[in-house]
Amino acid sequence: MTTYSAGGETRVRLLAIGPDVERGPNRAAANQSLGNARSGISAERTAERNESKIEVRHLDFYYGTTRALKDVNLTLRDHSITAFIGPSGCGKSTLLRVLNRMYSLYPGHRATGEVLLDGENILAPSVDVASLRFRVGMVFQKATPFPMSVSENVAFGIRLAQRISRSALAERVESALRDAALWEEVKDKLNQDGRSLSGGQQQRLCIARTIAVRPEVVLFDEPTAALDPISTLKIEETLQSLREQFCIAIVTHNLQQAARVSNTTAFMYLGELVEVGPTEQIFTAPKDRRTDDYVTGRFG
Amino acid sequence: MSRRTIRKLTNLVALGLSACATAIGLVFLGAILWTLFKQGLSGFSLSLFTQMTPPPGATTGGLLNAIYGSFVMTLLGILMGGPIGLLAGTYLAEYGRNTRLASVIRFINDVLLSAPSIIIGLFVYELVVVPMGNFSALSGAVALAIISMPVIVRTTEDMLNLVPQGMKDASTALGAYPWRTITSIAYPAARSGMVTGLLLAVARISGESAPLLFTALNNQFWSTNLGAPIANLPVVIFTFAESSYQNWIQLAWSAALLITLAILLLSIIARVLVSRMSPGGARR
Repeated sequence: MTTYSAGGETRVRLLAIGPDVERGPNRAAANQSLGNARSGISAERTAERNESKIEVRHLDFYYGTTRALKDVNLTLRDHSITAFIGPSGCGKSTLLRVLNRMYSLYPGHRATGEVLLDGENILAPSVDVASLRFRVGMVFQKATPFPMSVSENVAFGIRLAQRISRSALAERVESALRDAALWEEVKDKLNQDGRSLSGGQQQRLCIARTIAVRPEVVLFDEPTAALDPISTLKIEETLQSLREQFCIAIVTHNLQQAARVSNTTAFMYLGELVEVGPTEQIFTAPKDRRTDDYVTGRFG
Repeated sequence: MSRRTIRKLTNLVALGLSACATAIGLVFLGAILWTLFKQGLSGFSLSLFTQMTPPPGATTGGLLNAIYGSFVMTLLGILMGGPIGLLAGTYLAEYGRNTRLASVIRFINDVLLSAPSIIIGLFVYELVVVPMGNFSALSGAVALAIISMPVIVRTTEDMLNLVPQGMKDASTALGAYPWRTITSIAYPAARSGMVTGLLLAVARISGESAPLLFTALNNQFWSTNLGAPIANLPVVIFTFAESSYQNWIQLAWSAALLITLAILLLSIIARVLVSRMSPGGARR
């Protein structure tokens, strides 16, 4: 701190905007299991709530011959929000797309290593990717409502996952919309085209659609990058309330956002996972010089 | 002259030239329509739709058998060519998007798109007419189907490519297999464009005459037998317009106007559908 006093001020400002970092329910536990997360070894579980959900071991990723991820080791805990920060092209989104195997849509994209979801390696060729994606949902940067009504949008994924009666479906749609903090705004226009909603509403519709399937893990790829500050705030509040139910990973370019919403923050640079730790520590006392430079804004 | 004046003048010259080019095109189009209406409308009467094509010099006669033949062959043609074209376009846009096979198919399809229709007629003549031993409505429909396919493949692929990749990815991320994503997400989003493509293909094949000369030939009488030659508007126009019989020439004009009006109607329907149906696909 003494060496980087200028940076210290920035950190104070960041944290002032993000009181949730202090109040996060898993704060103490996050601090405790930090060491385990960093070494990628299964944690001595203090409480079931903080059980590790996803373990990434020696993950390398290639776009053709370009190596986009270099030996990434990481643990994502259940009922906790992990934020991924880092400059563009550092591999954050790539890592996220490995976790639900979205990358396997594209020829030439290849991952090696292990990603264990509840101990099962999801990179194994025998894994059924559709079933995996029921368990690991994803919300994208750009809101993409389907060309159907609001309620059909939410029902789409539920119907894919299971046979369900009409009344049970309606209940699931309502509860998903409530969880995404959208119900009050759309309860009178459930039959309108999903694309008629505003941008922020569309993104919350996409969140509702994703959590309606009741996944175990939800991945957010820059969910607010295209939204105005008020919509962003609503999405962040939604994220906070979803923490109780899911293991959440979020990629963001907005450092304040990472500080506000996450329990754990991971800094990535040039395909490497440079540092991961409790959000408070990453923003106030990072161990790596590159992390420090990045969170204090001294870094391109 | 200052540089500014020169630039202004250049702009004026370009504007004048493009306006001229547009006017020339419109003049030809207008002349064709004007002649068609002038010559064809006088032959329009109820008997046109109730009587068969007459022998030379007769005082009565209509186009009923030819209208029916054209309708049946166009319908059969689009029923055969439509599904194949839609599925092939789907393959090019979705399943095979980045594959080598798809780019080969795409290239061949583009060649087929501009292939002279008379060659398609000859091809079907060898393929269907010779083995069957006679000209037939069925072979005509096959020829029309082959002509419609590349048009449908092309428009289907283009329209599906306009559906945002993010929308398809979102469906995949919810656990949908590709076919589900295509039928539930991509098709509805591209619906209006795909329907337009189908209608344009109908318009295209309903006016084809060259391939029908080698396949459906013509028939002076009423026939619903798909295995026999059948009358149709384009070949009737071809035969009657060349003759020296006044009643035939009049019918040729009427038939030409009829086809033009039908295609005009189809185009209008296509336009209305595009503006009415889900504005999605192309918009985002």
